Amino acid sequence: MNELVVISGKGGTGKTSVVAALSRLAGRSVLADCDVDAADLHLVMSPEPGEPHEFSGRSQAVADPERCTSCGLCVEHCRFSALSLDPLRVDGIACEGCGLCARICPEEALTMQPVVNGEWRLSQTSWGPLVHAALGIAEDNSGKLVTLVRAEARRVADEAGLHLIIVDGSPGIGCPVIASLSGASMVLVVTEPTIAGRHDLGRVLGLVQHFHLPFAVCINKYDLNAEMAQEIEAGASEAGARFVARIRHDRAVTDAMVAGKSVIDRSREGAAADLIEMWTQLSDELQAVALEEQGR
Amino acid sequence: MRVAIASGKGGTGKTTVAANLARVAARRRLSVQLLDCDVEEPDCALFLRPRIRSRPFVEVPVPVVDEAACTHCGICADVCAFRAIVSLPSTVLVFPELCHACGACAVLCPQDAITEEPRRTGQLEIGEANGIAMVTGVLDVGEAKSPPVIRAVKERLDPQADLVIIDAPPGTSCPVIESVRDADLVVLVTEPTPFGLHDLRLAVEMVRALELPCVIVVNRSDVGDGALAEYCRQEDLPVVMEIPYDRALAESYARGALAVDALSGYRDLFDGLLDRLDGIVSGSGADPQAPADHAEVSR
Repeated sequence: MNELVVISGKGGTGKTSVVAALSRLAGRSVLADCDVDAADLHLVMSPEPGEPHEFSGRSQAVADPERCTSCGLCVEHCRFSALSLDPLRVDGIACEGCGLCARICPEEALTMQPVVNGEWRLSQTSWGPLVHAALGIAEDNSGKLVTLVRAEARRVADEAGLHLIIVDGSPGIGCPVIASLSGASMVLVVTEPTIAGRHDLGRVLGLVQHFHLPFAVCINKYDLNAEMAQEIEAGASEAGARFVARIRHDRAVTDAMVAGKSVIDRSREGAAADLIEMWTQLSDELQAVALEEQGR
Repeated sequence: MRVAIASGKGGTGKTTVAANLARVAARRRLSVQLLDCDVEEPDCALFLRPRIRSRPFVEVPVPVVDEAACTHCGICADVCAFRAIVSLPSTVLVFPELCHACGACAVLCPQDAITEEPRRTGQLEIGEANGIAMVTGVLDVGEAKSPPVIRAVKERLDPQADLVIIDAPPGTSCPVIESVRDADLVVLVTEPTPFGLHDLRLAVEMVRALELPCVIVVNRSDVGDGALAEYCRQEDLPVVMEIPYDRALAESYARGALAVDALSGYRDLFDGLLDRLDGIVSGSGADPQAPADHAEVSR
């Protein structure tokens, strides 16, 4: 089974639109939206939504002010400034769930209780099953939810005999991105020819190389700054990209998204033609990567 | 005034708003501080090009086990909620990247065999750009946890500054909370597309959970559909600025130029935004419900 993870470093470069296009081109596959902080893929997949399942990624301290004698031991030891006295209170947003307060309170005025901090669903789309999730507002542990979504996507792919999982990742290089990369077959990094896109690409490629993963780069809206696109292409090749694809700036991409569709549903020209060309290269590379893995 | 610039969706123009706003405020001879809390991908400096004065490391405490004192009782591993410490019969393993630096293992070790030592997870870049004091947080590549770096940036907040601008990361989870939590006002930057609106709803929920006031900037205001405007009306969210799609703006952004310097029309637009934010925070003057400024840009 192949798992293609699409990430970007910088946000808003077009990850989700690229994933939506790939879902149309790849034939029946499993889709996993791992941008759990702002999951948008379902907006362009017209899913038949599945049942929500609760996700609990952590515990939180719960106060019993009746038992508290205001000795202050908990406040003194809490590194997250999550506790206050008179009456004893827990700031649920600041609490990271370490449990130290509950262990040291001599009056047992604090206990740890699991919190539901997200939900996930298995939905059905015309292009294959979609596993998607939503992290609760102001929540921590996005990495755990990403890991859960990926594990579920693998289970679904196994059961349905599907050979490709396409993962829509998060922006950035932190916790959820790291959780979406471990054990991936291949990474596609979507960037844009801007000074910020180039800078952020450098950091995200550093991360991909850290995990020794095969990767390709897609320069979205390359014609916005052809010179910068060329520099990025050269840099990406030097860093070891399997290939660098270029997608032209095409308003049809946004128009399709506004209509809840992918540009591929409406056209074979413009950006759609570039995406089709990119998929041809990607599917070749995915096969090559699978063969390399078998050879090992 | 402390203004945080945030957005649910990435790439909507947070950095554009933060950097241009800082520039127009500095031109008015206000003392301006810009805190770049988007520490996974900090980009403000690419546009403002500060002279960097110092680069202190950001460090978090991690446990170090004194094997000579350790009796391998396993309490440290039992109490670690993050599975960052594993006790084996003959040794104790610490996984620093999983550690939240809560201190539970060190406090609860009955042998006092655990101390904490600093471990670097990032760096600050402190400098100045044409009258703008800048602090940029940079998370080391490969590190998962940005909040300690964000906290280190926020510790440098200058309480004397007339205007502090905080550029937050995208999303709605812990790093964003850490960035925006002590702001007077949160500016949410979005675009009128289904992705923009979906993620804005999440961002508004987050800001309301923190009980902070928020206003909306609509970027690329003429692409997409009318659902965003309708949502803002329903939720009583003041739209304080709209920036129509402008290829010249996209191109100047691409090469790292600030719109207020490079293009006509944008200086007035951002001056208007600054006045409006000032009016809202000071509770005087500008009516937040009044129609927003629109860019009038010569093309």
